[in-house]
Amino acid sequence: MGNSQRNSRILPLTAAAHLHQVGIEIDGDLSESDDGGTQRRPNRRQAGGRGGAKGRGRGKKPASDDEDEEDEAPRGRRGANRKKPAKKRGGDDEDESEDEPPKRKRGGAANKKKGGKAQDSDDDDSDVGKGKKGGKERRRKRRLRGDGKGKGKDKGKDKDDDKDKKKKKKKKGDSSSDSSSNSSEEEESMSEGEMARLMEEVEEKKKLIANIRNKPWRMQRRLKHLKEAQEFVDKFEGVFFGKGKAGSGHFGSSVASYFIFLRWMYGMNLVLFGFTFGLVVIPEVLMGLPYGSIPRKTVPRAEQDTAQDYSVLMDFNGYCKYSVLFYGYYNNQRTIGVLKFRLPLSYLMVSIGTFGYSLMLVIRTMAKNADVGGGDGEDSDFTFAWKMFTSWDYLIGNAETADNKYASITTSFKESIVDEQENQKDENIHLRRFLRVLANFLITCSLGGSGYLIYFVVKRSQEFATRDDLSWYEKNEMEIVMSLLGLVCPPLFETIAELEDYHPRIALKWQLGRIFALFLGNLYTFLFALFDEVNTKLEEEQAIKNASIWAMKEYYANYSRLMNDSEATPPPMDPADVIRGPCWETAVGIEFVKLTVSDIQVSYLTILIGDFARAVIVRFLNYCWCWDLEAGFPSYAEFDISGNVLGLVFNQGMIWMGAFYAPGLVGINVLRLLSSMYYQCWAVMATNVPHERVFKASKSNNFYMGLLLLVLFLSLLPVVYTIMTLPPSFDCGPFSGKDKMFDVVMETIDLDLPAFMGTLFSYAANPGLIIPAVLLMVLAIYYLNSVSEAYQNSNMELKKKMKMVCRKSPQFSLHMC
Amino acid sequence: MGTTASQLSKESLSEYQELTFLTKQEILLAHKRFTELLEKHEKDQIDARVPMNKIITLPELKSNPFKERICHVFSTSEQKDGSLTFEDFLDLLSAFSDSATLEIKSHYAFRIFDFDDDGTLDCADLEKLVNCLTGETNDAKLSSTEMKQLISNILEESDIDKDGTVNLSEFQHVISRSPDFVSSFKIVL
Repeated sequence: MGNSQRNSRILPLTAAAHLHQVGIEIDGDLSESDDGGTQRRPNRRQAGGRGGAKGRGRGKKPASDDEDEEDEAPRGRRGANRKKPAKKRGGDDEDESEDEPPKRKRGGAANKKKGGKAQDSDDDDSDVGKGKKGGKERRRKRRLRGDGKGKGKDKGKDKDDDKDKKKKKKKKGDSSSDSSSNSSEEEESMSEGEMARLMEEVEEKKKLIANIRNKPWRMQRRLKHLKEAQEFVDKFEGVFFGKGKAGSGHFGSSVASYFIFLRWMYGMNLVLFGFTFGLVVIPEVLMGLPYGSIPRKTVPRAEQDTAQDYSVLMDFNGYCKYSVLFYGYYNNQRTIGVLKFRLPLSYLMVSIGTFGYSLMLVIRTMAKNADVGGGDGEDSDFTFAWKMFTSWDYLIGNAETADNKYASITTSFKESIVDEQENQKDENIHLRRFLRVLANFLITCSLGGSGYLIYFVVKRSQEFATRDDLSWYEKNEMEIVMSLLGLVCPPLFETIAELEDYHPRIALKWQLGRIFALFLGNLYTFLFALFDEVNTKLEEEQAIKNASIWAMKEYYANYSRLMNDSEATPPPMDPADVIRGPCWETAVGIEFVKLTVSDIQVSYLTILIGDFARAVIVRFLNYCWCWDLEAGFPSYAEFDISGNVLGLVFNQGMIWMGAFYAPGLVGINVLRLLSSMYYQCWAVMATNVPHERVFKASKSNNFYMGLLLLVLFLSLLPVVYTIMTLPPSFDCGPFSGKDKMFDVVMETIDLDLPAFMGTLFSYAANPGLIIPAVLLMVLAIYYLNSVSEAYQNSNMELKKKMKMVCRKSPQFSLHMC
Repeated sequence: MGTTASQLSKESLSEYQELTFLTKQEILLAHKRFTELLEKHEKDQIDARVPMNKIITLPELKSNPFKERICHVFSTSEQKDGSLTFEDFLDLLSAFSDSATLEIKSHYAFRIFDFDDDGTLDCADLEKLVNCLTGETNDAKLSSTEMKQLISNILEESDIDKDGTVNLSEFQHVISRSPDFVSSFKIVL
């Protein structure tokens, strides 16, 4: 109970935030479309264009059938729902409810169908019109009969999705029993796609309500529509309360935004986990050969004594290494089990699909944020006015936060005033330049130093691998060093950056850029060192291959000698005795898993010590200490939003890279994110104080999304390199025995698909076709670019015109401006 | 449509749901919090008013620099003393709720910022607004030159018809472009 309750309470902020996004979009549409019935359709199309997937979904509706829409809408909505919050508050959406959908989806789909059928029968009873068009006409007639002023509301209704319409049709049929049965059905239907749709519909309803409140209607009509709207909205009771509120009340919207981002990440990871688990791990476990049956699945004889030791397991050797967690366990049988499941193909496709899905998700979220943000060009237009009218966060309920907010607002006012007036101060520009160059030099040195340190440590760990008498420190040296670098360098950069004397906003950007460079450099150095090792292993493999073939021959020779019968077929060698190749993929997978685990440990320890212990010490030692601990040196920790978000982004990059070599890694990450949510929330509430500078990150959220995108591409590279260039190990993994990993795709095309597909693909792979295709895409990009520039220009022109007209004729200003 | 006793009747509950942006739970919670503020003998009255000085003790409003203005704007009392009945309170929560539209929020924001209630935001209003935002301490206040500069910048940005004041539509024009407004203009019990 507790868990599900908490889960449902996790929804709130994201749901609320999503509603905001939806609210803004819809309201924008509504305000434009206030002009009357005839403009309804064009406005809807316009809404379709602006609203991205959501709008498109709506635009499609009028044309299609009721039943079709039921099926279409969930996909569209789910797609719409997948957009990422990115915005601190405006964000949300998406997969916060990932753990709930599976249960609900089934119920939801069934209920929807029920609802649809009931509706249809009502329709047929009450009117000729079929589907939406009929419904709309009916509604229009009703409106005309009733009241000229309902246009805005009608538009809202037009934009409503099918569920809404069904409800309204029901209302026309108008039996309270109908409506109550309908609502009870709908109460059960809360799948993930439905959540998104429901949220949108709630927005629609609320819009309805708003219009009704504003426009005079006859009470009966209002009540009717409001009743149905409100029933819908009732389902959302409880969605609006929850954890996020406490956090945001205490800290304002920026900390809440970090948790929204965390939840979004969790949702995405859950989906990836579902793919990997369902399509790779489960088939191998259920339909593949069991442990111990073939060499790759068995612990070698030499290691069997220690395979169960805790320390060995903690290093992910022993039984861990020869389990579904890692690449090496999987068999290279082309099809397994009764269902002829093609595991190697599925393994490859899932890995590629992971990247594809993540890419789609990130881009969609970025696009959505850019849309809601209203475009960057607007920022400079209203800086002062926005600071005045929108800077206060009404959710702040805590005097301390309020004071900080006052301080930050004051600072920001003063900054902007100074900015406006500032002429380039030429005082000591040479000194300033010199200092900046010096600072950059120092930072580049430290970046280089950290990169070299990592390389050195990785090389050392390779030497250690050959020795057996290692202390705990030596075994985990690499992970410790990497985590420590991640902890120590950012404050170092901040201190050096004081030399530079930049404007705080610019300094923050530099800082973030440097931390990014640090993490990136570390990760790539680590990768290079790792792949160095891989090459060594590949050479080793050749020798071992020969050795194992020779051993096999010897075994047979011995056997036939013992049995005095050269014709008898000897039983296969015990799997534990076969000479094993070094299996470099599993080794790489183990490295990634160890890195992730140590990262988790370090971050949790940091929170425990750096935040909690510090808070305890400051609070209790304060009574008997010389200076005021709370105001002076250690004081309480602030919640470092940007550092945490960057950490999250890079953790995700590591997961993306490592998931190919260790399918179990995604599962580990899911657990990590889940526990992180609760742990960090507790830590923030219990031990952190609000920021002095309240970091308004609504615009920066696209910055973090952009970072995530970049990291995604960068993590794609090693995996693609592996698949395309490196030869797989000869005796472990799903691709063993092939020349290159993607040969499995060629094999499938040759053997499983009809012949013409093979010829088709060979034509498609022809350079003569690919080069023109690439050229075409480049041309398309160029064209779209120029079109968008043209639109921007025309936008500016229109704005200028509007301003001029408003200036010249104030009586129009109310109408147009 | 009034409240009966200290429990909301189902009928009035549903009516309130229809007329505001709040959900049933939110209304019930609001009712509970509101009746906590009432005196014992008032708890059964239908149109009991809670004086402003009690409303602003609510934790959600306590730290808000505009708490008095909010009470004034939503109050329907003839004495203009900022006292709120339960329905005024619901109006307040509805305007500040998650699901209220941009139009509603900007409409009320305008009225809240309009300190002298004359329908436009002139220099005096803007000055008071800035002082509210910068807090109460003296060193946080802006100097008069800074204030003048700030106000002239604001008017330059938002005053389209150049009459020296910001009227409702100009205000809404500015607000509608802001990505943060709807999310920050929110109060949740």
